[in-house]
Amino acid sequence: MPRSLASRRSAEGRIKRLAWLADSGSLNMVEITSEPIDIPALLAAAGSPRAGAVVLFLGTTREWTEGRRTAWLDYECYDAMALQVLSELEAEARERWQLENCEIVHRVGRVNIGEPSVAIAVSSAHRQSAFEAGQWLIDRLKVVAPIWKKENWSEGGGEWVHPGLNLS
Amino acid sequence: MKVRVRLFAVARELSSCDSLEIELPEGSTIGDLRAAVAKRVPAIQEILPGVMFAIGTSYASNKTPLEPDAEVACIPPVSGG
Repeated sequence: MPRSLASRRSAEGRIKRLAWLADSGSLNMVEITSEPIDIPALLAAAGSPRAGAVVLFLGTTREWTEGRRTAWLDYECYDAMALQVLSELEAEARERWQLENCEIVHRVGRVNIGEPSVAIAVSSAHRQSAFEAGQWLIDRLKVVAPIWKKENWSEGGGEWVHPGLNLS
Repeated sequence: MKVRVRLFAVARELSSCDSLEIELPEGSTIGDLRAAVAKRVPAIQEILPGVMFAIGTSYASNKTPLEPDAEVACIPPVSGG
């Protein structure tokens, strides 16, 4: 479990929570940002001399969904809770798998077609743990993190995506 | 007692505000708050049965009791990723 947690909001509109993990002493990060995700920086942070595998998952903005054309997505989150939930997911992934590093970044605000809205980078000594943890993390994030997307349609108008909610 | 409720996504848009202050009797629960919000904001009455609530940064059930000045969030079904 995280030994200490600190969050801050920088001038560029990033909200970060830095978690120092008691067992490894390594610095790990979950982040909410309104800027494009810096993928090379994320991969550099995920790498480790102890790792034999780094798995990167990117969730990207799809143009066509069931015959409707999306112009862009808007993301909104409850930032304090989203950071807490992402930190808890990271801690749980570390209990389930032997991981070296684990980085989770989610964007808020406008995300254009093809751009990543979420990035998860996981490293481990052997590839199976990184693959499994990466898949588990994105699957859980989509169920529990208080983050929402709004589809903005190319023909105009938009709607919030709330699975299971009847928005008649 | 007074409770502040933050609203997000469709709940925020339908209510045309991002938070509410709700007055409740001492000893009220999240379930009582859900009913009070429905009464106060008819625009989101229909979706309220399908939303979760959080106290602070933790999900809560209808039975969870509320403390005075609690910071509550109304969490419609999430769609991150």
